[in-house]
Amino acid sequence: MSYQSMEEAQLRGEKENIPFWKAIQLEDAQERDVKIEDSWEKMKYMWQSMLDALDAYEPDKVSRSGLVGTEGGLMDNYRENEEPLCGDFVSKVMSNALKMGCNNACMKRIVAAPTAGACGVLPAVLVTYYKEYNVPEEKMIEAMYVAAGLGQIIANRAYLAGASGGCQAEIGSGSGMAAGAICYIKGGDTDQIGHACAMALKNLMGLVCDPVGGLVEVPCVKRNVGGAVNALAAADMALAGITSKVPVDQVIDAMKEVGDKMDVSLRETGVGGVAGTPAAQEVVEKLGM
Amino acid sequence: MGNIFDILGPVMVGPSSSHTAGAVRIGMVARQLFGRQPEKAEVILHGSFAATGKGHGTDRALIAGLLGMMPDDMRIPDSYEVAKDMGMDFVMKNKNIKGAHPNTAQIIMEAEGVPQMKIQAHSIGGGRICVCKLDGIDVNFSGESCTLIIRNVDEPGRIMEVAAALSKAEINVATMQVFRDKRGGTAVMVVETDQVIPQSAIDELESKPGIIRVKFLDPNGSV
Repeated sequence: MSYQSMEEAQLRGEKENIPFWKAIQLEDAQERDVKIEDSWEKMKYMWQSMLDALDAYEPDKVSRSGLVGTEGGLMDNYRENEEPLCGDFVSKVMSNALKMGCNNACMKRIVAAPTAGACGVLPAVLVTYYKEYNVPEEKMIEAMYVAAGLGQIIANRAYLAGASGGCQAEIGSGSGMAAGAICYIKGGDTDQIGHACAMALKNLMGLVCDPVGGLVEVPCVKRNVGGAVNALAAADMALAGITSKVPVDQVIDAMKEVGDKMDVSLRETGVGGVAGTPAAQEVVEKLGM
Repeated sequence: MGNIFDILGPVMVGPSSSHTAGAVRIGMVARQLFGRQPEKAEVILHGSFAATGKGHGTDRALIAGLLGMMPDDMRIPDSYEVAKDMGMDFVMKNKNIKGAHPNTAQIIMEAEGVPQMKIQAHSIGGGRICVCKLDGIDVNFSGESCTLIIRNVDEPGRIMEVAAALSKAEINVATMQVFRDKRGGTAVMVVETDQVIPQSAIDELESKPGIIRVKFLDPNGSV
């Protein structure tokens, strides 16, 4: 039975004197009835797939609708030739988030984490850090367990689909997962991982799912940037000793409540929000949808 | 909710787990049920599949599945061209199917020497699907487990025969559903099992009177 709360996972960790990621791995091996080595290999494959997916970006390729595709290349050009406001590391994170979002829209291979629409957040944070700071691969795979474990708790208490709970459930969850994972890599303990996740989720709470024409392109690609940068900020706060005054489990419950109250036009129907604007309607008409 | 690799994963070709990965799975399961690659396929898109299918590559994903590709196959965007190379003719249509789930596709498959097959399935999110109609009869299965589909005459004793054959082959039944079009008409049994059913047991079932057709879907097998 997978963890229904952060509290439950934390209790097991304390009882068995194991880190959070290990508690997630042991539970996975048990749940799927596989050896822990097999669980590790599968996670390693997910990690490798993220690295490969990012490498596959082509700056000249656009999606079938023509709406997105070049954003990653534009960000790279700007980053290399100017001085980005967000600085070197964060602008690289932004660039990678855009690339993954574009790859997804252009029908390239990605790792849904937790969904295809939010597939840029986690690799933008983790792969960029891995490449910039030379972290051992094992540590990255452990961080992937942290992310997966947090995502599973969110799935068990709330949801991960935009159609169910709005974009807070997709980009919001991706951001919470990435915040916890990068917090772990930077030496955060289980408490800090929980605070990082909680703060990331709170900052994006209420975010609606309003894709133009129902396509996973506008505003989804750029929201991956929002989710990634928010994850870094939340992790930094947690590492600074700032705490979420509401425990992560209760934040997830609040997210569920907000999602349940969200009007259906704001849950992946392509009707409300950004999708309902005159400019969006024009796009829909032009595409003949 | 599934395991952690449903959260961190799957590895898939974008852009949407429901509209792309799920569509590949629908095509794949249709092919497995048909038992071979169709020579001709008619694919009907309904609801959101029809409205946003082109932008999500739903059309190409369904064809990719019919060609035996998995959701992470890099050839999915080019499946129309691959179909040509592999000799599969197809037509793609948008049509409203009354009362169907928004993410629904209907596939009619044909090949020489085998009866035509028509399936209707919908994508439920996260790349998972539900087959909801088989040759016009309501059914309900995911294609994620070993699944035995038996068409039989709706008459007494048929279920017992199937159960006896499975018991003899030491196959454990996980779930079993029974459907029919009308009393005394054609019935469908959908049996999900814990083990792969050997060909000998399938042949034995097929030889029984009152059994019209037997299909076995092995999620890990290749067709």
